[in-house]
Amino acid sequence: MQFGMTIIAAMAPPAVLPAKDLTDPHAGRPVPAVELSRVSVTFGQASDSVAALAETNLRIHEGEFLALVGPSGCGKSTILRLVGGLIQPTEGVVILGGREVAARALRIGMAFQNPTMLPWLTIEQNIMLPLKIVEPFRSQFRKEKRGAFRDKAHDLLAQVGLKGFAGKFPWQLSGGMLQRANLCRALIHEPRMLMLDEPFGALDQFTREELWAIMQKMWLAHKPTVLLVTHDLREAAFLGTRICVMSARPGRIVDDAPVPFARPRTIAMTFEPDFVALNQRLRSLIVEARSGATVSEESL
Amino acid sequence: MRKIINRQRRRSFGLIALFFVGWEVACLVSGMSDLILPRPSQVFTTMFQRMPILWPHILQTLMTTMIGFALGVALGVVLGAVIGVSRTAYETAYPLLIGFSSIPKVAVVPIFVLWFGSGTVPAVLTALSICFFPIVVNIATGLATTEPELEDVLKALGASKLDILWNVGLPRTMPFFFASLKVAVTYAFVGTVLSETVASNRGIGNVMMTASSNFNVPMVFAGLFILAGMGIALYVVFSLIESRVTGWANRKNDFAAA
Repeated sequence: MQFGMTIIAAMAPPAVLPAKDLTDPHAGRPVPAVELSRVSVTFGQASDSVAALAETNLRIHEGEFLALVGPSGCGKSTILRLVGGLIQPTEGVVILGGREVAARALRIGMAFQNPTMLPWLTIEQNIMLPLKIVEPFRSQFRKEKRGAFRDKAHDLLAQVGLKGFAGKFPWQLSGGMLQRANLCRALIHEPRMLMLDEPFGALDQFTREELWAIMQKMWLAHKPTVLLVTHDLREAAFLGTRICVMSARPGRIVDDAPVPFARPRTIAMTFEPDFVALNQRLRSLIVEARSGATVSEESL
Repeated sequence: MRKIINRQRRRSFGLIALFFVGWEVACLVSGMSDLILPRPSQVFTTMFQRMPILWPHILQTLMTTMIGFALGVALGVVLGAVIGVSRTAYETAYPLLIGFSSIPKVAVVPIFVLWFGSGTVPAVLTALSICFFPIVVNIATGLATTEPELEDVLKALGASKLDILWNVGLPRTMPFFFASLKVAVTYAFVGTVLSETVASNRGIGNVMMTASSNFNVPMVFAGLFILAGMGIALYVVFSLIESRVTGWANRKNDFAAA
């Protein structure tokens, strides 16, 4: 937990720094699962370019559940996509598992707000899709798709409360059910790292809270490293072991604090004074970040 | 529900029959010469009387069309896949394809004849060149509309472009593909007959050409009816395949029960 506190926003002036030359203040400590060093991302070319992320440093440790909050358009999703290897940083380096490896090698599980189930496959087949792609499952797929893999899919579906829906097609399920299936798809290949981009954003309050509990259960069972991007501060505080707050665009991390509450957390806990106080603190930070954005937009 | 569909079907059959009856009656009443517009009854009589002579030509046209169509599908799928996946290919090939498809194929037949002589080969090539375009466009569109989020999910898993194409892109394209097959197969007939009319001594196109130079107008119309019949038959075949293979795209109604 203490590592978390040492992460601060990089306020230093930009300097050309070779990636390998980074002095590691944590030398000798366990290697973080994810490390962004002085990463900035700019979209577009020259005159109409948009700086999505400015000189950001961030570490996520093995088995940590990091929640990333901030005003909309602040670059939260950009960080998630960087870690997932879907985009490359304009400057700086993204280090995964201690090496500057291609994220794809880690077979990161991902889930977005849109469940994107394939309409021509049943729920079970949809969930098994990652097994068709990721080794070592891939080479066993033909043999196991009716055996062990199917059991695995059914097991996961039962855990998220979708028992008996394996053979249904996506359009036969509600939004909440699809999002449960989406989580199953992200988890089926037992990824060490999970990227969640507002996975519960489009759901009603009660379904959302139910899925938080499921998510927590899954995380406690397998302890993957999770990066959760969300707008919902209660969600961040309920699920996260640590919360990072980002400023308005170009985003940088302005606050980084652990979440002290004991696990497993319950929905009732989210109404207790400590929890509410944390929420209020996060809220005021984001309000501040947003007002900063308004000023800078006016000054343009 | 069934009843309503049946009633509707009967009504549309009735209207189609009425069209031919109306045609027949209009010709009789106005005393139209069969050199200008033969009556449907004359056309059908000619068709059945001359069937022994027509049959080999029907087979010829059908075979030519199917070969041209099959080649057109193969070419269309490959080109469509390449264009749908690669930005560079899209920007290079699209202008060329649009240019090529804008050329009236009548102008191309003499070139094919020059290269391959008259007969079956230019007819196959004309059918191919006229029918592959809708397939290319539909495959490319289907591939280009893959949800970016799903693509991200798969990329993060380490999926190659080929994995994504195989598991997501191609299945998603199937409804577009079959819709284009229905159109393409009728185009292929147009191509075949076009080439047969210009440069062949076999096939329905040639029969119609010969008949019209002999002022055997009922025979010309018999040829037209045969072509229309074959076009409809193949359209129906591909519609049936389509509804079997891509029923998921039409959702609910019938598919839920299946």
